[in-house]
Amino acid sequence: MTVIHHPRRAARGRAWIYGALIVAVTATLLPFAWMLLGSFKTQGELLRDPNGWIPRAPTLDNYTRWFADLGVEQYFLTSTVVAVVTVLGNLLFCSMIGYALAKMDFPGKRLLFLLVMVTLMVPGVVTFVPLFVMVSKLGLVNTYPALILPYLASPLGVFLMRQFMLGIPDSLLEAARIDGAGESRIFARIVLPLCVPPLATLAILTFLTSWNNFLWPLVAAQSQDRYTLPVALALFSQGQNATDYGLLLAGSVLVIAPIVALFVFLQRFFIQGVASTGIK
Amino acid sequence: MTIADTIPAGTARAGRDPVTPGKAARRRRGLVAWLFALPFVLIFGVFMLMPLISSFAMSFTDFKSSDVQDPFAVNFVGLDQYAALFTNPQFRKSMINTGIVVFAGIPLTMAAGLALAVALNSGITRLRTVFRVGFYTPVVTSIVAVAVVWRFILQPDGLLNTMLGWIGVSGPDWLNSTSLALPSLIVMTAWRNMGTLMVIFLAGLQTVPQEVHEAAMVDGATPGQRFRQITLPMLRPTLLLGAVLLSVAYLQFFEESFVMTKGGPLDSTLSVSYFTYNQFGFGKYGFASAASYLLFAAIALLSLAQFRALRSRD
Repeated sequence: MTVIHHPRRAARGRAWIYGALIVAVTATLLPFAWMLLGSFKTQGELLRDPNGWIPRAPTLDNYTRWFADLGVEQYFLTSTVVAVVTVLGNLLFCSMIGYALAKMDFPGKRLLFLLVMVTLMVPGVVTFVPLFVMVSKLGLVNTYPALILPYLASPLGVFLMRQFMLGIPDSLLEAARIDGAGESRIFARIVLPLCVPPLATLAILTFLTSWNNFLWPLVAAQSQDRYTLPVALALFSQGQNATDYGLLLAGSVLVIAPIVALFVFLQRFFIQGVASTGIK
Repeated sequence: MTIADTIPAGTARAGRDPVTPGKAARRRRGLVAWLFALPFVLIFGVFMLMPLISSFAMSFTDFKSSDVQDPFAVNFVGLDQYAALFTNPQFRKSMINTGIVVFAGIPLTMAAGLALAVALNSGITRLRTVFRVGFYTPVVTSIVAVAVVWRFILQPDGLLNTMLGWIGVSGPDWLNSTSLALPSLIVMTAWRNMGTLMVIFLAGLQTVPQEVHEAAMVDGATPGQRFRQITLPMLRPTLLLGAVLLSVAYLQFFEESFVMTKGGPLDSTLSVSYFTYNQFGFGKYGFASAASYLLFAAIALLSLAQFRALRSRD
């Protein structure tokens, strides 16, 4: 006969779950720990003892080389400018059209929304070839506009903003219209302040996607002055530095650290963002 | 976000006197709406729709890098490039590899994500945030950066083989073996993506009413029975959604092999995206477009499946 509520058995079950989760989370984070510790080691130590954990003679050499010899500041700057402008563009443009789609009637509205939905899943690999042809015809290869413009307004952002704005009561907007407020005033003074949650989600998702984006920056940036961080790291990892472990580990830390810092501070929004866009 | 969804935006105004907003006023409103939509429409049209259409058109031509300045040198070749793709052994290899990533990677990632979600949902209270953040961290990190680290971990004398050595196993040279390189990359990909599924599944699990579980417990159902008979069936739409999201991502498999194996050894980790990128590098833009459109077709089919899955859930 099974006993239904057996407190001791339940407690033992929980202990097992805790144990398994602690082992699993440690294993998950192990590569990051190894990366961080390794980035403070000299090349000699990494070669002698590739799997030691604690650096015997911790050094910042790998990082100083990124700054002094490889000009990582420039990649940081490029990645940051691209990500920040992309975020701002998405916040503004996606909420503008989101407002039109959610709260206004106009000819072509259904077709427009259908197009947005259909292109939600279009991967970069399908468009990068003609995009590159276009960019090179315009003479924009290796420029900020080439890196930024294609991502300045995303279908996902439109979807996110529209869905949220549908929930804003029409009566609120009607009241303002009767008071004589124009649409741009209503948008700026009433709609946007209500949209902080989806705007936060959109900002975080866009920043993350932009920071980690790879294929298009790899194609569009053809010289070091416009490499983003991941492009610089990937190309250095294949060139003459391919076996320079310490340097590459430090480079990985430099690429990952800003995002992980942001993530740890804003983890609730990150995870909400995934839940809301994944589930819709 | 859900109920409002089903009410068309115009309904609220429909009850009003139809005479007051005259034709001119309606025109003006339509114009204002289009002005709000304009910035997005411009960017979307130029950088999404146009490339999407020209990519399709290019796939029927022999467009090469040298033709950028001289578009008249381009010839229409019909379906020749698609035919050439299907007889190209390298492309066939890349399709098989991509298929393996999708069909082996998805069950692996889903099993890991589901196990984590169920464990986190099993009534534990302490350290929940630590676990969630920990398992989710790989998701937010750049694939390029983690691939660099995993390349070192998977070396013959790397961390993984050292740990295998502790239990008396001498590990192989993972990334230089034609049979092990792709599975290694798949495991890394599963590690990086399981956090996304954990979050989605956790949200799904919270929709399973506690009363159903309690009723089953009263009837004497074991935890295993409850998982199979209650949790899994009620989670089906969420599981399906997770599978579709993953397959769209895994079909684009690229950075992992670009950084860790350069598609080798002997093309054993060459994906369709990587093949496309290489053809682009050789200047064969039309050929690359054809390859990318085949990939797009696969992704479009899966997106369709997703919309169906979502609709059936409502």
